[in-house]
Amino acid sequence: MNRIKQQFLAGPYLVWIIGFILLPLAMILYYAFFNEDGTFTLDNIASIADPVNLKAMGLSLELGVICTLICLLLAYPLAMILNNLHIKNQSFVVFVFMLPMWMNFMLRILAWKLLLNKNGVLNTILLSLGMERITILNTPAAVVFGMVYDYLPFMILPIYNAMARIKKDYIEAAHDLGANNFTVFFKIIVPLTVSGIISGIVMVFVPALTSFAISELLGGGKVLLIGNIIEESFMQGMQWNIGSGLSFVLMVFVMISMAITNAFDKDGEGGTAVW
Amino acid sequence: MKKKLINFVDISKSYDKQLVLDEFNLYVLENEFVTLLGPSGCGKTTTLRLLGGFETPDKGQIYFDSQDITYLPANERRLNTVFQKYSLFPHMSIAENIAFGLKISKKSKAYIDDKIKYALKLVNLDGFENRSIDSLSGGQQQRIAIARAIVNEPKVLLLDEPLGALDLKMRQSMQYELIRLKEELGITFVYVTHDQEEALTISDTIVVMNQGYIQQIGTPEMIYNEPENAFVADFIGESNIIDATFIQDEVVEILGVKMPCVDKGFGQNTPVDVVIRPEDVELVEPSEGSFEGDVTSLIFKGVHYELDVMANGYEWLVHTTKLVPVGTHVGIKVTPFNIQIMKKPESADEEAVEIDE
Repeated sequence: MNRIKQQFLAGPYLVWIIGFILLPLAMILYYAFFNEDGTFTLDNIASIADPVNLKAMGLSLELGVICTLICLLLAYPLAMILNNLHIKNQSFVVFVFMLPMWMNFMLRILAWKLLLNKNGVLNTILLSLGMERITILNTPAAVVFGMVYDYLPFMILPIYNAMARIKKDYIEAAHDLGANNFTVFFKIIVPLTVSGIISGIVMVFVPALTSFAISELLGGGKVLLIGNIIEESFMQGMQWNIGSGLSFVLMVFVMISMAITNAFDKDGEGGTAVW
Repeated sequence: MKKKLINFVDISKSYDKQLVLDEFNLYVLENEFVTLLGPSGCGKTTTLRLLGGFETPDKGQIYFDSQDITYLPANERRLNTVFQKYSLFPHMSIAENIAFGLKISKKSKAYIDDKIKYALKLVNLDGFENRSIDSLSGGQQQRIAIARAIVNEPKVLLLDEPLGALDLKMRQSMQYELIRLKEELGITFVYVTHDQEEALTISDTIVVMNQGYIQQIGTPEMIYNEPENAFVADFIGESNIIDATFIQDEVVEILGVKMPCVDKGFGQNTPVDVVIRPEDVELVEPSEGSFEGDVTSLIFKGVHYELDVMANGYEWLVHTTKLVPVGTHVGIKVTPFNIQIMKKPESADEEAVEIDE
């Protein structure tokens, strides 16, 4: 009786998962593998081979990797510094880093659009310092910049959590056995934070790979990512089948990237289970 | 005379303005098994951490092999530590854990493999090379931690309450293992514990500490049989500590009774503390004893009975193998050799007596 009651509690989520996750997924698969008159086809999938789409896919992967690397390079030292700070309220410091996420993400990106503008704050400062005006807006660099700004907290949090879990004893034991700081970092700290790094990579790379809003706002239509193409095929061309086909390809890339990262996460602890 | 391998000179250390060690002086001889013994907060772990290189003192110097190592980082010291919580690296196999120090000192693969085998044999865990840390019991983890430390052939092995988390049986067998290791390896052990029985079992020399001061240094026999003050007597095993007056050489007045003793040189009519171990109290016929009283409680302890005897206004703790029921009127006899006289602390400051060697 009790068990049935408990299972009943899962009911609302079950409705949710069927109605809003499984059903849409099935529909995407249907649109991807059938054409408008309902016959099976692989043409929608094959449309990724179209030079425009292929280029967009390549650019998405490239910018996603760059964004993930920059986030990792920024977040890792930061998480280390945070963890080594001898202050009572570490969670408050982490909270401060998370604070920007409380603001709407579109607003944040729009703000960057204004800052990076031809006559924006950045160029005003550069000019007043006697330097050349630079054009960042509407370039891939601006898109990467926006992605990094948006997704950095997703990299910091899991790495910081993994870092905080490392017992100080391990580091002392390593020093005791003759390890200098360099060795301690590469043999103890990095391996013990792998699960956090993996989580961070997945949580940054996947949204970066699939993003379209950031590239639209900061790329000004000149930086075409696969996300933008998919969006266009749904919203403008009414080509639902092609859009679904490309979505399916993108999903495959996401799964491949997760499989690769999971292979590095030997202990399976934490890992992608976080998201 | 063996040489002094480690020498603490006038070490002071405080945390948050709380003095943990005050003008601490101690030397450790080569091949000695030294145990720092005391209640928590007595400064014993701090002493070990200073030696290991995880803390630096506020004042004073630490010498190792006549070299000043006070500010030498931990990784450059020729000593290794076995930590209280073992601290085996969870992302490495047992072999990798043991090889950690050897790889850093760039030893050949053949040498490392040899050493791993040798160390595992030494701690009776042959064939455990590729097991994971999680699959080990507490006692096995502890032995791996010891193996990981000794493969580096340190001159000194530091052990911070290494047996604290083990059950009684395991603890006892590990104590014998440690004694065996010390004899086989011929290295110096500096051991920290709050367990007085453990200290008595394994040490060559015991350093009893309290509140940052050394209370007494000596062999286990000396510490047990001739405690220098009430703290040591109380901390090392159970005892009867009684206020008394030292009348003159070889005569002490205990609870109103003048008794012969073997001590001299405490002055005349001086207040002193007297220590009588419970196993040294003999129960005799009332007429034959120096004191008369009644048994007030009786507890069976396995090897012996533990009795309380109320006599001359003092509740005596007595260990005996004879069953004496509660309410029995008995006499108490103590031979002069078993009466240990101790100087009373003269002031509150001296409660934690500082004893210079």
